Amino acid sequence: MADYKALEDLVVQVRRDILRQVHKVNSGHPGGSLGCTEFFVALYNELMERNEKFTMDGIGEDLFFLSNGHISPVFYSVLARAGYFPVEELNTFRLLNSRLQGHPTTHEGLPGVRIASGSLGQGISVSIGAALAKKLNKDKHIVYTLCGDGELQEGQNWEAIMYAAGNNVDNLIVTVDLNGQQIDGATKNVLPLGNVKAKFEAFGWNVMDIEKGNDLKAIIAGMKKAKEKTGNGKPVCVLLHTVMGNGVDFMMHTHDWHGKAPNDQQLETALSQNPVTLGDY
Amino acid sequence: MKKYTDTGKKDTRSGFGDGLTELGKKNKDVVALCADLTGSLKMDEFKENHPERFFQIGIAEANMIGIAAGMTIGGKIPFTGTFANFSTGRVYDQIRQSVAYSGKNVKICASHAGITLGEDGATHQILEDIGLMKMLPGMTVINTCDYNQTKAATIAIADYEGPVYLRFGRPKVANFTPADQNFQIGKAVQLQEGTDVTIIATGHLVWEALQAAETLNENGITSDVINIHTIKPLDDEAILKSVKKTGCVVTAEEHNFLGGLGESVARVLSTHHPAPQEFIATQDTFGESGTPEQLMDKYGLNASAIVNAVKKVIARK
Ligand SMILES: Cc1ncc(C[n+]2csc(CCOP(=O)(O)OP(=O)(O)O)c2C)c(N)n1
Ligand SMILES: [Mg+2]
Repeated sequence: MADYKALEDLVVQVRRDILRQVHKVNSGHPGGSLGCTEFFVALYNELMERNEKFTMDGIGEDLFFLSNGHISPVFYSVLARAGYFPVEELNTFRLLNSRLQGHPTTHEGLPGVRIASGSLGQGISVSIGAALAKKLNKDKHIVYTLCGDGELQEGQNWEAIMYAAGNNVDNLIVTVDLNGQQIDGATKNVLPLGNVKAKFEAFGWNVMDIEKGNDLKAIIAGMKKAKEKTGNGKPVCVLLHTVMGNGVDFMMHTHDWHGKAPNDQQLETALSQNPVTLGDY
Repeated sequence: MKKYTDTGKKDTRSGFGDGLTELGKKNKDVVALCADLTGSLKMDEFKENHPERFFQIGIAEANMIGIAAGMTIGGKIPFTGTFANFSTGRVYDQIRQSVAYSGKNVKICASHAGITLGEDGATHQILEDIGLMKMLPGMTVINTCDYNQTKAATIAIADYEGPVYLRFGRPKVANFTPADQNFQIGKAVQLQEGTDVTIIATGHLVWEALQAAETLNENGITSDVINIHTIKPLDDEAILKSVKKTGCVVTAEEHNFLGGLGESVARVLSTHHPAPQEFIATQDTFGESGTPEQLMDKYGLNASAIVNAVKKVIARK
């Protein structure tokens, strides 16, 4: 049974990390990061089977790929707090010569990152490749992926989605951050995605919803169910219904904070809604 | 020396946006397409003025290029807008087949080009796009230096029949070319006259070249400074005329030295008038996060780097 108090504390601390990272350099993407905080915390601390030491090949452990690389602030915070690199390094986010690039990269050798992302629409393909490698290696572990909902507008996703189903890539769980927002506005106004569930199903995927995508219990229960569905011949898709900007009242339910940092005053307000739990970096 | 004054820092992408707004009013065949970056590309005003001629494609750049190509069939003049990376590498085959090879009148307008995109880092900082685009037969490649020139170029390319790649950037930079300039595709602009060295610059490096020429002048070195806003077709004549006089050249661009303006200039010189050349460009590397100024400094893309290159190239004469 998960220690929910500890996980909740971590969620609040990660929110602070996200806000402080983007505020310091006045750039980066808080909205999507905050919306996926509970998911990341659950994934890295409850769901994934992870080895102590990071290796690129990740043999004998579950893997995670972030396709929507712009939400690097949440990824970096959760990686640091899971021990992949010192939390103090969050101080270098987006600075010259940092390993914490604007979008995640392998180029600077940051532990926890296995592929560059940022240019959208490529992560599912990469995850399929890694999942196929696991099968060739007779490694029973799972490949997890997160992608954005706006990101699904990229055609490459649908090539990948078709491939995974057509080739029984069933050690793969793709989670879609269904926050209904992207840069220019609500997804339904920019380019309606239609019925995402029906689309994945029509392509031959096993699809399930996590309606409360910002609720740790719902995420953990839902993702465990998703894991049970692996190994049955079909790739698994989880539609994670999240609120962009979750945890900071003025950032919620809007695309406005997709790629905008809070100013000093806004940071203070946002942090006051998320008081220190584990300690700031 | 001619004196150039910065009339107030502005971003070149706003020059594109304002040029597009003007085009919208005067040319009813101009249509605009965007891939979920309307604000970043400064296309909001065109969108507001002409909702029926603005097409939000979503995050689907390949589809955007294809749709743009199709719209030319029926006489529309499509301007596509997204970041330089997603305007070129992301959609290279779509541009190659549906636009360039098919000879379609599509204007591929690319913001956030080069390293000055800044904090987003290497995934978004394309330093290879000039090379990619200039290699396509029939493609015109333009890289403007300031707000005024970008606005003028945007308006000018609508009257030119054929595919164009228009490259501009994100940061606010000096605005020093005339507001009423007559933008001529393929025509170099001579900014300074000198006898010791030719400095050929494009994009954000043009202002840096002017700063460098001033410093050099104080040290008794006079420079021809040439603004090459059109990398293809290149103004061979202007380049040769200048280098025949000065005997050496420094090229400056916010791009990889492989495939960029410098290589185009080297081809002209090696064919007609071999001369020593130094390249101010990135050295076959990806970019990284940082502020635009920090990055230009780290990657040697500023006035002081040009000054050093000039001293080096003069010594090689
Ligand atoms: C190929 C590509 N095109 C455009 C962009 C610019 N861009 C970055 S994030 C984004 C919106 C993504 O929407 P979504 O996946 O829903 O993420 P959210 O805004 O919900 O975080 C866009 C268009 C990009 N990074 N990559
Ligand atoms: Mg979204």
